[in-house]
Amino acid sequence: MKKLLPLAVGIAAIAATSGAYATTLEDVKSADVLKCGVSTGLAGFATPDDAGNWQGLDVDLCRAVAAAVLGDSEKVEFVPLSSKVRFEVLKSGEIDVLSRVTTWTLTRDVGLGLNFAGVNYYDGQGFMVSKELGVNSASELDGASVCIQTGTTTELNLSEYFRLNNMTYEPVPVETSAEGRSAYSAGRCDIYTTDASALAAQRSGLENPADHIILPEIISKEPLGPVVRHGDDQWFDIVKWTHNAMLNAEELGVTSANAMERSKDASNPAVQKLLGTADAGLGAQLGLSEDWAMNIITQVGNYSESFERNVGAETPLKLARGLNALWTNGGIQYAPPIK
Amino acid sequence: MSVSDVSEKAPSSLGAMWRDKKTRAIIMQIVAVIAVLLFFGWLVNNTVSNIENLGIKVGFDFLWNTASYDINQTLIDYTANDTHFRAGLVGLLNTLLVAVCGVILATILGFSAGVARLSNNFVLSRLMQVYVEAVRNVPVLLQILLWYGIILHSFPRVKAAEPIIEGVIATNRGLFLPQPLPQDGFGWVWIAFFAGIIGSFFFRRYAKKALDSTGKQLPVLWASLGLIIGLPIIVYFLMGQPLGVSMPELKGFNYKGGFAIKPEFLALWLALSIYTGAFIAEIVRAGILSVSHGQSEAAHALGIKPSLTMRLVVVPQALRVIIPPLISQYLNLTKNSSLAIAIGYMDIVATLGGISLNQSGRALEIMLIILSVYLFLSLSISGVMNIYNERVKLVER
Repeated sequence: MKKLLPLAVGIAAIAATSGAYATTLEDVKSADVLKCGVSTGLAGFATPDDAGNWQGLDVDLCRAVAAAVLGDSEKVEFVPLSSKVRFEVLKSGEIDVLSRVTTWTLTRDVGLGLNFAGVNYYDGQGFMVSKELGVNSASELDGASVCIQTGTTTELNLSEYFRLNNMTYEPVPVETSAEGRSAYSAGRCDIYTTDASALAAQRSGLENPADHIILPEIISKEPLGPVVRHGDDQWFDIVKWTHNAMLNAEELGVTSANAMERSKDASNPAVQKLLGTADAGLGAQLGLSEDWAMNIITQVGNYSESFERNVGAETPLKLARGLNALWTNGGIQYAPPIK
Repeated sequence: MSVSDVSEKAPSSLGAMWRDKKTRAIIMQIVAVIAVLLFFGWLVNNTVSNIENLGIKVGFDFLWNTASYDINQTLIDYTANDTHFRAGLVGLLNTLLVAVCGVILATILGFSAGVARLSNNFVLSRLMQVYVEAVRNVPVLLQILLWYGIILHSFPRVKAAEPIIEGVIATNRGLFLPQPLPQDGFGWVWIAFFAGIIGSFFFRRYAKKALDSTGKQLPVLWASLGLIIGLPIIVYFLMGQPLGVSMPELKGFNYKGGFAIKPEFLALWLALSIYTGAFIAEIVRAGILSVSHGQSEAAHALGIKPSLTMRLVVVPQALRVIIPPLISQYLNLTKNSSLAIAIGYMDIVATLGGISLNQSGRALEIMLIILSVYLFLSLSISGVMNIYNERVKLVER
């Protein structure tokens, strides 16, 4: 029952919380720290480095929200969560925002009483196999044993994909990514399936990453993004526009290095509105200070900086921008304008 | 205490009521019950209103939605098109399977080890002591992971595995065995089997009567074996051996056909049985030691054979000490089987409490269901064992 314990705690927390809430923004300001739910350790998205500092694309989003709200990207308490307990913990109010490679689906958005504040990574489910097997396409996988991390949408996609293609398989559920890697390398399963980005992370952790290939088929849409609770629209807006600010900054060419300089340049009103030097009162509308986006960009960087630092070509994950390029570069990352 | 004797002495004023010891005790108890009820009422009320505030749906209707995920070990027909309810049922049966198999193996291991610890053979008794002390002092979760690791890493991969004998292949994806396929007429063999069980039951009663009235001992064990095993075999050959065999064969990625015991089941079964067996060994040892030596000496003095002394004198008296703690061990094993999720064995916690929960998000409802299931299982085991305990209990005159 050990895995159910955090759930029980979550339920107990729902049971014990009394009816009246302060707004999340007030709570975060008075605590002077943002509590952010992240993965228990997924390279490139959320993982502590040698010095114990959390790094990753999801982590950067938490830091950006802290920079916008508290003016300091270091004022974040990271709460590592398993995929199973994440929603309970968020709903019970133990964390302020969940930034944990969470796929946006209707059931989660509506049925679970949550709001997705955007998509910080467009992903899709893929397959990894050993080169030894000589498989080149997912259509050749009939009868295989498939390692699959439980408690995710991947199980549904997998089941659907094999059924639609009239293939059979043996599901081998694994609880954590480390366990999955161990079962896969021991030969308990032929295939490892999860989101393509996570596959790249898993492959980089294998003994000989070059011996394994990720098949070309992507069998699902997995828009991953930050999540907040229903019922606090102001907080929902803040998280949403934090992500949008990072995208807009990339589009406008504003980086952590040149933000200070660009804010003084009166020739570009869009940049001035973003960085709060145009006196448009945009920060106040969010309930934040006018330099909210300035803080995000100087302390965390724009979306491109965050992407390249954590999962880009120079990292062990070696992920291309692909769908996650800006709309101006052939991708689908498109943020509404800040004005 | 009956109500009437309270009212007989019913004091007139409140103060007098409070001074009366019996009445005061009743008032205190009523207050305590109300306080507990209020506390739980507050908890439930708060939960419900908080959930309403969050706009979350509550109810058990999700059980009838399509589960859409596959399970690798199913005792009943199941596909991804079935409901969450059926997925939960598959999980429950897997829980029961590992619990029943575990209880049987743990009992055999425990009784053997318990008797062996009392053996005069120094090496054997020390060996059993090492087993008991080493196993029961290590958390069972670690043992489950250890056994799973051993199976995964020490058995050969599917492609490298050689059959041990024709149709039996041990791999790290499971033990593949030939599967018997019953054909027309095999039903008669089942009928013969059950008839054998009923027959041996009546023979036992007859033998007991014969023993009581004439003092003659009939070979109950051999007759029962003949009825339960021999009779179906005779029927099997009479019907012209109505049994086919499906052999496992390597096709593509995996073995097809035959019957597979999954490594997850094997690891969980072994770990739970060996762990619980160590506790049962101690219980059995304590039970046997609790029968005073004079009992067997008296039996010997009466000229009863040593084998019969154990069966008729020592064991019945030891059982009344053994059964109650044995019930707890069976309950522990059943509850510990929920650790299955650590190695991906699809029990009820992994299916309903895992994937279904993650999909539907109905944590509260699913927790309630699973808690009730375990409560029901535990109370059932306890109930059955208590009936057995009543029967073996020392009848005092």
